[in-house]
Amino acid sequence: MTHLHLAVALDGAGWAPDAWREPDARPAELFTARYWIDLVAEAEAGKLDFVTIEDALGVQTDDPTLVQGRLDAVLIASRVAPLTRHIGLVPTATVTHTEPFHISKAIATLDYVSRGRAGWRVQLSARPQEAAHFGRRTVSVEEEGSVQELFDEAADYVEVVRRLWDSWEDDAEIRDAATGRFIDRDKLHYIGFEGRHFSVKGPSITPRPPQGQPVVTALAHSEIPYRFAEKAADVVYVTPADAANAREIVSQVKVRHVFADLVVFLEPTEREAAQLSSDARVFAGTPAQLADLLQEWQEAGLTGFRLRPGRLPHDLRGITRGLVPELRSRGVFRTEYEASTLRGLLGLERPANRYAAAEGARVA
Amino acid sequence: MPKQIHLAAHFPGVNNTTVWSDPAAGSHIEFDSFVKLAQTAERAKFDFFFLAEGLRLREQGGQIYDLDVVGRPDTFTVLAALAAVTERLGLAGTINSTFNEPYEVARQFASLDHLSAGRAAWNVVTSWDAFTGENFRRGGFLAEEDRYSRATQFLATAKELFGSWPADAIAADKASGVFLRDPQAGTFRHTDQHFDIAGRFNVPRSPQGRPVILQAGDSDAGREFAAATADAIFSRHGTLEDGQKFYADVKDRLARYGRGHDSLKVLPAATFVLGDTDNDAQEKARIVRRQQVSGATAIKFLEQLWNRDLSSYDPDGPLPEVDPDVSDEHIARGRASVRMHRDPIAVAREWRAKAAAGKLSIRELIIEVTGRQTFIGSAATVADRIDHLVQEDAADGFILVPHVTPGGLDEFADTVVPLLQERGVFRSEYEGETLRENLGLDR
Ligand SMILES: Cc1cc2nc3c(=O)[nH]c(=O)nc-3n(C[C@H](O)[C@H](O)[C@H](O)COP(=O)(O)O)c2cc1C
Repeated sequence: MTHLHLAVALDGAGWAPDAWREPDARPAELFTARYWIDLVAEAEAGKLDFVTIEDALGVQTDDPTLVQGRLDAVLIASRVAPLTRHIGLVPTATVTHTEPFHISKAIATLDYVSRGRAGWRVQLSARPQEAAHFGRRTVSVEEEGSVQELFDEAADYVEVVRRLWDSWEDDAEIRDAATGRFIDRDKLHYIGFEGRHFSVKGPSITPRPPQGQPVVTALAHSEIPYRFAEKAADVVYVTPADAANAREIVSQVKVRHVFADLVVFLEPTEREAAQLSSDARVFAGTPAQLADLLQEWQEAGLTGFRLRPGRLPHDLRGITRGLVPELRSRGVFRTEYEASTLRGLLGLERPANRYAAAEGARVA
Repeated sequence: MPKQIHLAAHFPGVNNTTVWSDPAAGSHIEFDSFVKLAQTAERAKFDFFFLAEGLRLREQGGQIYDLDVVGRPDTFTVLAALAAVTERLGLAGTINSTFNEPYEVARQFASLDHLSAGRAAWNVVTSWDAFTGENFRRGGFLAEEDRYSRATQFLATAKELFGSWPADAIAADKASGVFLRDPQAGTFRHTDQHFDIAGRFNVPRSPQGRPVILQAGDSDAGREFAAATADAIFSRHGTLEDGQKFYADVKDRLARYGRGHDSLKVLPAATFVLGDTDNDAQEKARIVRRQQVSGATAIKFLEQLWNRDLSSYDPDGPLPEVDPDVSDEHIARGRASVRMHRDPIAVAREWRAKAAAGKLSIRELIIEVTGRQTFIGSAATVADRIDHLVQEDAADGFILVPHVTPGGLDEFADTVVPLLQERGVFRSEYEGETLRENLGLDR
């Protein structure tokens, strides 16, 4: 049996709007380190591949009965990194209003502090409110071609980030006492990116991260984001309605890992599952029923799943303590972590450096 | 009670102060090095840990400068991780106001403050050069004279964002279903010459309200900016006379802003070499200076003043006869220090005279004219000196820059700190939970 990969998507008190009112919810602690440490530790105890952490450059809503406010996801991941050992850490970071140079070194540094467990969920922002927080441009999804343009910019952004990760060869630091040189500057590279939206010179100020290229992920619902994901991502999250739809999507998007997103309520009350409107299919049922569904969808060609717990910590525990043992008993989920890096867990090789390749070929 | 000293640990910098060739020198990028230095600083009850910033690798003669340590991690990301392995130590990051936007920086610092339970500090710097700008989508657009107007508005905007959530905005009351007591929490609008932004900030008020603000510019505009807005200054003035002059100058500016004398701490950068005896330390300091200024480094320093390729000169020989090139295009890029040579021809003349008088080679001269260590001596001598400088109002404390990573603070922590504690001028236990409390600053 092929193992499937499992990630959980952490967001506030969970994906259900009123999750924060559940008996075991900790809404007053959403902005503390302890809250996130406990959640990620639970996910690691279940030997999940990775957690994603949602983020945005604005508040979630204006409705005072819902959770509002969030901490920077890269910093949450970094705060948790020294206290975990195996689980991948995949924060969301928005590309639309930020600097690729900053994000590149932030994710590279997350890779250093986690010793090779960093990833990144690339997110675009088409929300006018978020644009107004920066005041440098307007964005719109109404205008002809504007969605395509946002994704084109995002593709350039990821290209810059990836080039910066490679802008130091692995053995650039030489500490050569004889010549007094700390680095071999021939092994540092300008990336010289010049695009329609920005130019970035490089090299990065941060040496190549332990994984070489941390894992890039993206959520995609349709044609334009599918093409973006093919260009930019190692893992794409898709939102099939059923197994047939999953099969169709898998045939449309060629990315190494295609994960289905599912909102998950394990042993829920009817009320919670019913009231949720969601881009991803909402599952409500027992761990065994969920395991059935995952296996059925896996056969459609998906390599894994990103489960969005409806309520935290309730449905996260349902995953780690109910679903995971169920999947293990069926022989489709790991019993031990088999690698120490996120790329390793996902079966991705440590990639060659794009700038070193030419020279390697010459030497060989 | 005597004045209490504040101490901070600067992670060794990307410059020739850092001796990477020392057999004890470790990685500058692996997280373990940061953990080691931060934990030593916390063991010694230091106020905070400090990271500098440089957003473009330095170049000289059109090539990446390779003689010093090169490479550093992302500031916010390392500080957030250090919050996991320390409990009371302040976490200070240098973040510039040119190649960032207030909304993003404010949410990063507010997040760091939450995740460290009130230990975040922001050293606001204003590097504005187009060379660094080439790494950023907004590019190098800022005229030098605009650097502080942008910094001032940047910080003012960030402070509005930090303060935009009332302390009790979150009810999180499960029974009534009210999450947000104040539905307007986070609302802001800021319009000035640099920023025109409005909306809602998305990080609730952090434990310190806002991070502790440090400032590190030396110009008149920089000092005024500090007097108006900062909680502490990171200065270059670490000697008695120079320190006292700077200290009086910036403290005198405070009244203009209705601020008290103690509301702004003056913390010069300081290097140190310790020995069993003063003589022993002096001898060690000489060796360290020679490690910091190799022959190759000496030539590079000379090139920075002369603004010419001097690679054919012998570092053990005499200074060049030719005068510095004073054209606008500078040989060295990405260094804050370059601007310090205001009149290169006059300085070159001075250096030549000095070399002639002392019969100094290029290398010997550079060792002479570039910073000697601030504190050299036995632990007792150094403790005495630090205490003296603080009691005599040349400083409120120091930001110590060890020259070896990551163990360079161990000896100071083990030998000097206990002496300061015995004198009753440095804490034996942290006074408070937050950095603001430990620095003795009002909320
Ligand atoms: C002690 C000290 C440390 C500094 N550290 C940094 C730094 O790490 N990164 C940086 O970009 N600028 C740094 N600067 C530069 C200043 O913050 C400032 O941007 C620059 O000096 C220009 O301002 P000024 O003309 O007021 O000096 C430092 C300055 C001083 C005095």
